Amino acid sequence: MEVPDPRLPAANFADLALPLFDQLYNFAHWLTQDRHEAEDLVQETFAKGLRGFQSFQPGTNFRAWMFRILRNTFLTSRTGLKSTVPLEDDASETIPSGDLSPEDVLVEQANRDAVRQALNELSVPFREILLLCDVEEMSYEEIAQVLTIPPGTVMSRLHRARKALRTRLLEKSPGGVNAVR
Amino acid sequence: MPCDDWRGKLDAYADGELSLPEMNALGDHMRRCADCSVQALQRVQLKRSVAVAGRRYEPSAEFRAKVTNSVNRKRDRGTGWFWKILVVPALLTLIFVAGLNYYVRGARAERQRVYSELADLHVATLASSTPVDVVSTDRHTVKPWFEGRIPFTFNLPELQGTDFSLLGGRVTYLAQVPGAHLIYRLRKHEISVFIFPDSGAPAAALSGAAEVRSFTFEDWAQNGLRYFVVGDVGGNDIEALSKLLRDAR
Ligand SMILES: [Zn+2]
Repeated sequence: MEVPDPRLPAANFADLALPLFDQLYNFAHWLTQDRHEAEDLVQETFAKGLRGFQSFQPGTNFRAWMFRILRNTFLTSRTGLKSTVPLEDDASETIPSGDLSPEDVLVEQANRDAVRQALNELSVPFREILLLCDVEEMSYEEIAQVLTIPPGTVMSRLHRARKALRTRLLEKSPGGVNAVR
Repeated sequence: MPCDDWRGKLDAYADGELSLPEMNALGDHMRRCADCSVQALQRVQLKRSVAVAGRRYEPSAEFRAKVTNSVNRKRDRGTGWFWKILVVPALLTLIFVAGLNYYVRGARAERQRVYSELADLHVATLASSTPVDVVSTDRHTVKPWFEGRIPFTFNLPELQGTDFSLLGGRVTYLAQVPGAHLIYRLRKHEISVFIFPDSGAPAAALSGAAEVRSFTFEDWAQNGLRYFVVGDVGGNDIEALSKLLRDAR
């Protein structure tokens, strides 16, 4: 039985934000690659969220709002500043053709670690968009809000990110790319 | 539409971002084109692998407690301020302003202590092999069972048309004062309702809602009794059950 909460929105920051704690932490750890940095990042995100909660528009997407705070905080951190290299793994990269697709390799290996390693090796812009889309299952619209880019860019960046990921997975297949050819 | 055009939409397909007409059109195409359906399947598989691999890092228990506390402390401060505004005018005639802060702090600490004790009772009861002494979903059975066992009577609400159900009850004690402990269920969560004589309950004379550990609390005084509702569900659910109890005839 759901009864609308008549209490003040200020009392609700914890109710809204704490259920996102695990997701935000996972995302932070993927971005920073370090437990302590991830903790600092999440803590700062919650502090900023709490302070800025008055400016949050009820009815808009709270999750996207929190992820955006986390990401912006990350980008201005020391690790984040180092990570803002231009998008590598660009569309010019070609995927070797052959009978065996990267996905086949993946299924064969059923190797979660390979995917993790490949994700780790991706640039931050590719890594973050894959996490938001596939792990957090955000819509393109939601991702656009987090990354503050147009939805069309979400689509093209996702496409390039997946291409890059598949290339890396293929390289990790036994014998490397040459064996697949 | 040629295959090349569809290939550009396979990501959106796997992400569930195609419009319904596009989805249907692609479905038609894939039934005729093995190549495209294999590719689509691969996209879905890759997406699933990333979803599994991406759920990787878990926060430590200490860090979780730290953030939860920092967020909840702010909330407590908010309600404390609100509470003072309500009660200050009535108390000013009784106590010196200088003593007020002491009183507020003492009362809140006392309330926290009572909440903490009730949370322990709630957990210990649910963990025991026989949580309730009277097992019944019928308020007309549970209410008379308490007669003669505790020195007061109370009304229980009709639950038909709500998501709550009554599991049963037992006699309990808070600071040696006997009271009723009722257990309700809501979507696989158990919620405890404690009822004590208001004078006997050592709670400070304040009512409201709060969160202690991971439990949500609500308490109020009514007809000489003090009610406490405790559970690991949201404030809205606790509030809904509290309202049912308050309105019980
Ligand atoms: Zn085709």
